[in-house]
Amino acid sequence: MHFSVLLPKVRPLRRSTLASLLVLLVGLVGCGRTNVVSIDGSSTVFLLSAAIAEEFNEVSPDVKVVVSQAGTGGGFKKFAAGEIQICDASRPITEAEAAACKKNGIEFIKLEVAFDGLAVVVNPANDWCDSITTDQLKTIWRAEAAQSVMKWSDVNPDWPDIELELYGPGTDSGTYDYFTEVINGEAKSSRQDYSPSESDNALVQGVAGDKGSLGYFGLGYYAENTDKLKLLSVDSGDGPIIPTAATVRDGTYKPLARPLYLYVRQDALRNEGVVKYLNYYLDKVNDVSPRVGYVPVPDEVMEANRKTLDAAVPRVAVN
Amino acid sequence: MSSLPRNGRPYAKLASQLFAYACAACAFSSVAILVLLLSQMLRFAWGWLDWQFITSFDSQLSPDKAGVRAALVGSIYLIALTTLFSVPIGVGSAIYLEEYAQRSRWRGIVQTNIANLAGVPSIVYGILGLGLFVRGMQMGAGVLAGALTLTLVVLPIVILASQEALRAVPSTIRQASYALGATRWQTVWHQLLPAALPGIMTGVILALSRALGEAAPLVAIGAAGFVMFTPRGINDSFTALPLQIYNWTENANDDFRIHVAAAGIIVLMVMLICLNATAVFLRYRFGKRIHW
Repeated sequence: MHFSVLLPKVRPLRRSTLASLLVLLVGLVGCGRTNVVSIDGSSTVFLLSAAIAEEFNEVSPDVKVVVSQAGTGGGFKKFAAGEIQICDASRPITEAEAAACKKNGIEFIKLEVAFDGLAVVVNPANDWCDSITTDQLKTIWRAEAAQSVMKWSDVNPDWPDIELELYGPGTDSGTYDYFTEVINGEAKSSRQDYSPSESDNALVQGVAGDKGSLGYFGLGYYAENTDKLKLLSVDSGDGPIIPTAATVRDGTYKPLARPLYLYVRQDALRNEGVVKYLNYYLDKVNDVSPRVGYVPVPDEVMEANRKTLDAAVPRVAVN
Repeated sequence: MSSLPRNGRPYAKLASQLFAYACAACAFSSVAILVLLLSQMLRFAWGWLDWQFITSFDSQLSPDKAGVRAALVGSIYLIALTTLFSVPIGVGSAIYLEEYAQRSRWRGIVQTNIANLAGVPSIVYGILGLGLFVRGMQMGAGVLAGALTLTLVVLPIVILASQEALRAVPSTIRQASYALGATRWQTVWHQLLPAALPGIMTGVILALSRALGEAAPLVAIGAAGFVMFTPRGINDSFTALPLQIYNWTENANDDFRIHVAAAGIIVLMVMLICLNATAVFLRYRFGKRIHW
């Protein structure tokens, strides 16, 4: 029976179209997971891990490296849940996070891959402040400063009566954890009436746009924006020190220099791709660090990293 | 011809003309914004958008080596899978609601719900996708989970558009079909669907262009930030154009933040314009064949 003779002249849906869609679906499902190294965590360490992944891809294109940046806290959550193999961290793992890993049966090793200085920056139009003491930083950033330390003159009477506009990383950031711990004395204890952003660029833009601004973030971001920002020296009692590669490495820029870590799942080291990537990482990281504004680790630390890694790799996978 | 209009209001004609100009200005302002955006992006992307940009993977350190390959392929995968999931479910729901469901209170509730779901912000679907697909069903943040999440985002739009298209088919067609003894299935498959097809396709394509531009739900499910490969299977990690552009705008380096990101935006816009042009073409092409 052909009603179409009488009714609208349109073609019914073609069966071949449906069939080809089905074939596409089956084809897609048929492919399995490829050899993947999954990394998430600190946006500070992301720069290193991604840059090394890029070069690694040229020598070992068969190993697929995926790098994301959920923040150190977010990374450890995924790490403890077993969703990723490597966690980029800009602070050591906390007891609570380590307990979460243990509960899920996740053992790990820690590799120290670089040093990062935290830069305290102000607007270039700021002509009253070249250096700041850690006590003044605490006066500005401690929790009690909220709604009370609002002007530069509140910190130091010699400074002008200009609104203090504060910019800093958000609470999921390892930079935030580290800064609050060494400056305010307790991790995550900070005034909250500042402009937070997980995006370091947003912080750069914020500080660059306000005469009375002050902000802190990784030194690497300052290095890319020297024309928009003014870097402050930090005085922790031994005189003002400007952060440079030398002062970050030898520890004189304190307390705002910190080590950066990779946390690696022990059982991920059964995956040959992970081992290859990590070995490549340790070979290259000291070359890459200065290019993204970080400071290489000394040779003895690198040696210790290699020992840790070698000891953790199961014999079978090394070949 | 009299200088005063008959209703006695001397400025009525002038007001009428001014109103026309005002409306025209409104219409042109939207075009002006598009032109401004495109020209600005083209200016920033000039010299950066070349074949190398299309065929290379992202780079972390060298802006001149960076490219959209992974993101472009990821987006194409996502859109293909999203189409595959959203069209059958969406059109099926629309057929049920329009052709089968009784006008009951239950149908009213479903209908209202669908209309409301169409207005839910996409980040909410992203969180649902993270809980349901990535964690609950253990899919990981692969292409499949991404496409299913985007399906959630566009499904209400596809259903509503398909319903509109089915409703636009004259009821005489249904009656004629039934009068000739066709079953409901035959009526739907041979008469209604072909007649409604241009409308459905337009709706689907517009919904897909929305899916193509979504970054928020993909960020929520934890799609990758930096990948140097294209997905081979549906569980592979991926990145997509809007995500890639977002990541570039986050880079500390101005070349990435301004020029490479602008080049990525041009690629995304070209894809969107192609999709929308397909919608226009399909409507024109298939629309012509229907004679009632």
